[in-house]
Amino acid sequence: MNFVGEENILEVSRVVMAFGGLMALSHLSFKVKRGMIKAVIGPNGAGKTTLFNIITGSFHPTEGSIIFKGLPLEHLKAHKIARRGISRTFQTVELFGNMTVLENVMLGCHTRVRTSFLASGFRLPIARQKEIQIQEKAMKILKFIGLADKFEDPAGSLPLGEQKILEIGRALASDPELICLDEPAAGLNETETYVASSLIRAINAKGITILLVEHDMKVIMNISDEIVVLNYGQKIAEGSPREIQNDARVIEAYLGGGT
Amino acid sequence: MLRIGKIPIAAFSLFIIAFPWIAHNIPPIENYIDLMIFAGIYCLMTIGLSLLMGYAGQISIGHAAFYGIGAYTSAILTVHYGLNPWLCMFFGMIMSAIIAVLVGAPSLKLRGHYLAMATLAFGIIVYIIFNEEASWTGGPDGMTGIPGLNLFGFAFDSVEKYYYLVWIFVFAAFIFTANLIQSSTGRALRAIHVSEPAAGAMGVDISAHKLLVFVYSAVLASLAGSLYAHYLNFINPATFDLFFSIKLLIMIALGGMYNIWGAIIGAGLITFLSYEWLHYFEEFEVIVYGAILLLVTIFLPNGLVGAPEIVKSWFRK
Repeated sequence: MNFVGEENILEVSRVVMAFGGLMALSHLSFKVKRGMIKAVIGPNGAGKTTLFNIITGSFHPTEGSIIFKGLPLEHLKAHKIARRGISRTFQTVELFGNMTVLENVMLGCHTRVRTSFLASGFRLPIARQKEIQIQEKAMKILKFIGLADKFEDPAGSLPLGEQKILEIGRALASDPELICLDEPAAGLNETETYVASSLIRAINAKGITILLVEHDMKVIMNISDEIVVLNYGQKIAEGSPREIQNDARVIEAYLGGGT
Repeated sequence: MLRIGKIPIAAFSLFIIAFPWIAHNIPPIENYIDLMIFAGIYCLMTIGLSLLMGYAGQISIGHAAFYGIGAYTSAILTVHYGLNPWLCMFFGMIMSAIIAVLVGAPSLKLRGHYLAMATLAFGIIVYIIFNEEASWTGGPDGMTGIPGLNLFGFAFDSVEKYYYLVWIFVFAAFIFTANLIQSSTGRALRAIHVSEPAAGAMGVDISAHKLLVFVYSAVLASLAGSLYAHYLNFINPATFDLFFSIKLLIMIALGGMYNIWGAIIGAGLITFLSYEWLHYFEEFEVIVYGAILLLVTIFLPNGLVGAPEIVKSWFRK
């Protein structure tokens, strides 16, 4: 995908996140161009998930700003950010296990289509129409991610690989322009990892920008256009997969430097 | 899919319609029609509470206060000002909604069980007001002379007539709530209960949803209070004390809070237990409630409506 010279969909600038005395992120800045797959990597505790939590509104940064499509969003609540067009998955699967596969994706549609309290309670025609509309859209997404035949299963009963895929599907249901994927391949076997990376590529091919945290280097090197490397909450490198692979500081951060 | 079947609703409606006739023909349970009125009044509250606790995952230990606000609004406005009882019922609901927003909004913005704390304190304060503002509420002696209800000249003056009136309200609340649960609002509530971060990331306004349900449950409790006041024509503060709030929680824990049928079953059972079957225990009644709550939480975490599932799983083994 050609994204060179296009707009920055996301600009993280000088973000500081302090938990008491601990600096989880210090003056972190980077940009994500529309349509790219950008990976964030780094050793455990480097601040990757914290970064995701800030972008999606679970935390508000101590300092700095996050600009999405030209507007700051660091002060917004999670649901407002979702409505602006950022969706996410979680490192440890956060599906609604007691709901069916279909209902999980239907909930993802909440960002765009929902019925009011009174319309739902009185079961007005508009509520029924919308419910059908939501169901159809959710089914379409299930077909896209390949879980359509399991639509009635409780989400909690799926194997981990499919749960991860379903979480991505649920994120897609909110029609996002940017999806933040937190370790989509964690805990997956080789086949499942292959399925997940193909899905990520397919989503990206629809024009959706992807921000990805992942530990599986094969996945990262295969699918990402650009990589940001964090260590102790600071950016230590940024560039193409090839540049990153040869970066001395990155190798040191991962392997522990003797120099 | 979470569906609330039409067949159980139809069967239950038939039972409710036929019950006065059945009770009349079996002399020992003739007074059960009267008890069923109370059961219906409690159902209105437990339906709202089960939505709040079972679906939105929030605990209120102050619903007796909204019940009381409904009852006292109806009583004060009819006795002191001679207003139309239906209007008073409506005012009570508006009043409860406003108060629920004031109590709920600050505590529901926070994650965790702040609502339980806030409603606990609120319930105690309201109870004190009922007792102390004697010029309005009659103090501990309560208020008498609350008029009954009538509609276009048709007076709900017998036990049977009032029974049907109350159960029409219960039916309406049940259908409204069932519709709600099976809509995007219901999905959002169940999502909040499982994972707030995930619900938020999917565009669900968490505090707004919690507040909405809290207000809804408060309005239903207020309606129940008004129906109570106009039925008994007499109220006193003791009905609306902290123990009653806890009794409501026992009802939905016993019936099962993850299912609105549980609200109906729990309210019905506790009504009969407390008015009829537990008299033998006298002041030890509280201990029996405690034992029920203990046993249910240990052996039937999903309440009585969850019992068939548990029995089924025994046979599968």
